[in-house]
Amino acid sequence: MSTAVAEPAPLEAEGNYLTNGYSLWSWLTTTDHKRIAILYSVTITAFFFMGGAAATLMRLELISPTPLIMGAETYNKLFTAHGVIMVWFFLIPSIPATLGNFLIPMMVGAKDVALPRVNLLSWYVFVLGGCFVIVTLIAGGIDTGWTFYTPYSTRFSQTTVIYGLAGVFVTGFSSIMTGLNFIVTVHRLRAPGLTWFKLPLFVWAIYATSIILVLATPVLAMTLVLLAMERLFHLGIFDATLGGDPVLFQHMFWFYSHPAVYIMVLPAMGVASEVITCFARKPVFGYRTMAYAIAAIAAFGFMVWGHHMFVAGQSLYASLVFSFLSYIVAIPSAIKVFNWTATLYKGSITFEAPMLYALGFVGLFLIGGLTGLYLASLGMDADLSRTYFVVAHFHYVMVGGSVMAYFAGIHFWWPKITGRMYSESWARLGAIVIFVGFNLTFFPQFILGIEGMPRRYFEYAPHFQFLNILSSAGASILAAGYALPLIYLTWSTLHGARAADNPWGARGLEWQTRSPPPVENFDRPPRIPERPYDYDPEAAEQARR
Amino acid sequence: MSASAEAAGRRANDSDSEVGLWIFLASEVMFFGLLLYGYTITRINHPQAFAEASAQTDVLLGSINCFVIFTSSLTMALAARSLRLGAQQASLRLLGATWALGLLFLAIKCYEYHDDIDKHLVPWGQFAFHGPLAAGERMFFFMYFVMTGAHAIHMTVGLGILAVMLVGVARGTYTQRNSEAVELAALYWALVDTVWIFLYPILYLVHRS
Repeated sequence: MSTAVAEPAPLEAEGNYLTNGYSLWSWLTTTDHKRIAILYSVTITAFFFMGGAAATLMRLELISPTPLIMGAETYNKLFTAHGVIMVWFFLIPSIPATLGNFLIPMMVGAKDVALPRVNLLSWYVFVLGGCFVIVTLIAGGIDTGWTFYTPYSTRFSQTTVIYGLAGVFVTGFSSIMTGLNFIVTVHRLRAPGLTWFKLPLFVWAIYATSIILVLATPVLAMTLVLLAMERLFHLGIFDATLGGDPVLFQHMFWFYSHPAVYIMVLPAMGVASEVITCFARKPVFGYRTMAYAIAAIAAFGFMVWGHHMFVAGQSLYASLVFSFLSYIVAIPSAIKVFNWTATLYKGSITFEAPMLYALGFVGLFLIGGLTGLYLASLGMDADLSRTYFVVAHFHYVMVGGSVMAYFAGIHFWWPKITGRMYSESWARLGAIVIFVGFNLTFFPQFILGIEGMPRRYFEYAPHFQFLNILSSAGASILAAGYALPLIYLTWSTLHGARAADNPWGARGLEWQTRSPPPVENFDRPPRIPERPYDYDPEAAEQARR
Repeated sequence: MSASAEAAGRRANDSDSEVGLWIFLASEVMFFGLLLYGYTITRINHPQAFAEASAQTDVLLGSINCFVIFTSSLTMALAARSLRLGAQQASLRLLGATWALGLLFLAIKCYEYHDDIDKHLVPWGQFAFHGPLAAGERMFFFMYFVMTGAHAIHMTVGLGILAVMLVGVARGTYTQRNSEAVELAALYWALVDTVWIFLYPILYLVHRS
């Protein structure tokens, strides 16, 4: 540097966050939010395929109405493992901890999250929780179902419930740390001039999600402590034979776990808003109502947990109120679906892979949401809550909704994250295979539910077999569909074409920087647009002609 | 941390850590809130048993502990204020007093636990109650130990934080211009104090209401 020739410095143009150290150690000690996002994504991808393997085995078993490859106990352990892994080790961290971690600081024009070391710590805590779960699996698994309902979980289950509880308990702290970090980041690190109503809806969605993470997760943590003590010492607080109340546990559990549904779906809504506006080349329809709808969903999400106990012996009056409030949540959710549709109207639409995934999200979330109304109604729920209808409903929201949106986001921001393009035709094929496989898996389950097939059983009446075979066939297509992105995305990290800084012509702040971004995200301060989603459909249409 | 914060228009009066700590305190409120909820429902179901079980707690020691922890809250607040005003030595003494009072609280609590064990009030051992209300009394002491236990864990963490603050102020790491850590510790200590304000009446005073 001492003999610096007056040559214009290449503006650090070569280095980026991926070239900033190649050793494993540099990754394990990083406080760069972008690298932590990648640590998370690798971890949750492993859990996704573990949970998926459990589901595949279950669907294989359900081809036959009689035992085929396993016993009832193994089946119970599989659906518990599937639920615990998919809920706490994939869906909850999926979009917030990966895309959220990568994008939130960039979308607000900051160099990193507000508390980078806490961010790294959250990943280690997450991994520690995951280790407990793996120990649980090695020790034979749990058979309580992911909801750990008492008194089965406290008195009767012979499995290693305590390890599983420990895993979920520990992981909760990683959720709290992540949520806390995002709230502080959005409050404190927005670039000058970037006011709340100039923020992308993805930031709004992650912010609302973070509030739920911070306020709901501690409730779960303490509930699990009480449950563990009850199991160890049989003190009776959740046990009717000892004067306690098993429904009390359900109230405590769902006070967390219903808002947790919104932890899973709000970020998905954020991703859909980014992707649909970009590929329709239009500003999002009703930006402010979209933002308020996110806030409303988060707020009302805390007040509907009782709809999980309509048939659990809850007071009728409580059930009536919870039923009413559950219908209320449909309003902001419907606003979002209507507004995405209105955003498409007169847009200049193209069907790149992220758009296919995002449109798939809207359609499947619509079905999942509408069937939720059936279950919010007391009379219908009394009949349906025991059946496969519920399984189909929440998979439409969780998988059709959240996972589709997660893939939409991964594809949309892949060029930014890796600096590489994936194969567009393979990606489109993947989106279509997943969509078809998903519907073939879960739509028959709605019919099975209406026909009265009870959930959680591994044997069933022979006349349900045809639809179960359809569902299992769909599951095999779905499994292939999920393997596709794993293959072509991995391939693209090594051999994909170099990505431009803004391959989609998108308007977010994150597209103003290089692909992949430099360590501190921006070489020069990003330009803050007058309004978010500053797209022009007519200009786009003319450009295409 | 601060380098990243410089990127954008940060407000002058508070810091990232302070905002973060308030959010953490909100999550702590939910954490203890769940216990209060479990206590409330169980007490509604077993009012008589809760009153009788509560009579077995040591209200004298509990009340002394109220005095101890509230005083520690005062010394903690004064310690943070002194540091902000530049009175390093006063701050150091007040922090020391807070630490000693916190330790005294835990010592009294341990002595109380020892008594409870002697009186067979621990619900997962030889339990003292055998009457018709034993189920409810068992649950009271379950909640008693979980709630005071969770509180004591928070106290212990607090003592650790205070120890770091003591060393920091003594060495001059935390000064008038760099007093934030001590102020954040004071916020945390206030939460621990507030939790006790809720626990004392619902655990020690039920039979007197």
